[in-house]
Amino acid sequence: MLRVENLTVAYGSRVALREVSFDLPDGRLMAIIGPNGAGKSTLIRALSGVLAPRSGRILVDGQDLASIPSMERARRIAVVPQARQLPPAFTAWEVVLMGRTPHLNWFGQTSARDEELARQAMERTNTLHLAERRVGELSGGEQQRLLLARALTQSAPLLLLDEPTTHLDLQHQLALLGQVRGLVHENGTARRTALTVLHDLNLVARYADLVALLVDGRLAACGTPAEVLTPERLSEAYQVPLRVLTPAPGGTPIIVPSSFGQD
Amino acid sequence: MKALPPLTAHPYRLTTALLVIALVLSVLVGSVFIPPIEVWRALVGAAPAASEAFSTILFSLRLPRTALMALVGACLAGSGTAYQGLFRNPLADPYLIGVASGAGLAAVLAMGVRGLFSATSLFFVPLAAFTGGLLTVLAVYLLARVGKTVPTTNLILAGVAVSSFTTALTSFLMLQATGELRRALVWMLGGSTLSGWQPVLALLPYAVVGLGALLTSGYSLNVLQFGDEQAAQMGLPVTRVRVFVIAAASLCAAAAVAFAGVIGFVGLIVPHLARLVWGGDYRRLLPISILSGAALLLLADVLARVLLAPQELPVGVITALAGAPFFLWVLRRSRQQNYW
Repeated sequence: MLRVENLTVAYGSRVALREVSFDLPDGRLMAIIGPNGAGKSTLIRALSGVLAPRSGRILVDGQDLASIPSMERARRIAVVPQARQLPPAFTAWEVVLMGRTPHLNWFGQTSARDEELARQAMERTNTLHLAERRVGELSGGEQQRLLLARALTQSAPLLLLDEPTTHLDLQHQLALLGQVRGLVHENGTARRTALTVLHDLNLVARYADLVALLVDGRLAACGTPAEVLTPERLSEAYQVPLRVLTPAPGGTPIIVPSSFGQD
Repeated sequence: MKALPPLTAHPYRLTTALLVIALVLSVLVGSVFIPPIEVWRALVGAAPAASEAFSTILFSLRLPRTALMALVGACLAGSGTAYQGLFRNPLADPYLIGVASGAGLAAVLAMGVRGLFSATSLFFVPLAAFTGGLLTVLAVYLLARVGKTVPTTNLILAGVAVSSFTTALTSFLMLQATGELRRALVWMLGGSTLSGWQPVLALLPYAVVGLGALLTSGYSLNVLQFGDEQAAQMGLPVTRVRVFVIAAASLCAAAAVAFAGVIGFVGLIVPHLARLVWGGDYRRLLPISILSGAALLLLADVLARVLLAPQELPVGVITALAGAPFFLWVLRRSRQQNYW
């Protein structure tokens, strides 16, 4: 379980996150939403341990993140960063296999099991056919899926994703979030807990178990999609009048600007 | 008949073959050509009186010089590869980022205090060069850094500025100096005026430790190519790796400078060619670069000996004449292509 207690993070004098607290139970998919500059990526960076909190604590299974050494931390938390500036000379296979880093020695020797895990992750993310290709030749969407494969190869129970759908077309957005949701709701060793930054509120409504709404570095709301994705809350957070439509009773709601379909 | 595999399929065989050819040429060729049969006789100790002159040239000049140049070339190429990986920048090289000239200045200072070719200078000069090199790389890094990245332009600008400054200081010292220190001017141009086995033996421990440490860090350099933040998220102890690799690379660069003066471009050209042919895996790139660096500098040294024979050119002149155009080509290429 991931517990965030009064987390405050600052870049120099600029405070990016202020007194944020929430719990993420195991086996759930939580979406982080909020307008630009709300601190979503900062939250991912802080939770991954590369950005130290100014105050407050992050607890991973009850242990303070700040006290966990980097290798052990990477065995528990894997990050899918935004796909940009990957070293282009490596092959897709090399990149995914490097997900095993926290399990390897200084020389990076891999075993048959490491390679099997990398192969499975590539199969799962539909990237196995890219294995021999150099990363520089791949599209943004392919790189994004590759980064998910790398994070899965890391075998960490907690998965942090920073806008994983940005470079993807609609089909691959659905496929990627479907895969992440599949991992979260799976039983057995492959099960993950996931926390992802998402911009598309309709994808949030469709895929997330829990939603955290960040506005201006503060946690404005946290709960189930039904609790958080209300017209009042969202309209205030995004400074745009929004409507939440429910096409079928009990179905996934659709969020649109109020002005849509009015003229 | 089975088709021959492309030459590039066997990186170690190809580079080892190149190194062997370079070693042989370096032993045979010079102001006096030693016939291979005489080398053989001298080496197995079956030398008749007639070839005593050959024997002297071989053991007191050619062999130690060959060994020295091979070690220096290996050190320069190894440190260049490591700096390029560390800064994630294709133009990092001990010469361009100012490490070599910083080490050179410190070495000249140490010589001034200790005397150029005294017994103790063989011990103190490399130590001073190492310190000077480390201080310079630190200064250049701090000057060039923007946030957590080191942009190419900044790195080169800071490197040029710092090395101009240290080179100017060195020149000033040279002009003030008389006698022994004046000989250091020749040395600074990469003239390899040191001869005999003493410098080889003095360089050997630095080269073994520095290159050995670099050879172990290939995988960490691979992970570092994703940038500090991702590397940390993948579990790499980033700061520890950086300190380790900078220390090892600067040890190599400083050792090379301390025993052969400032020899430019070897550390730039070799890793580049290796990367072009064999890809970006540092576990392979480091040993290949080290082998090819030794070969390349030996070949440059042979050229330096024969071009104006019996007069010798400083080997640094040869590497600069060949290397500067190559540098411009890399600069153009790294803008056009995204292979780095």
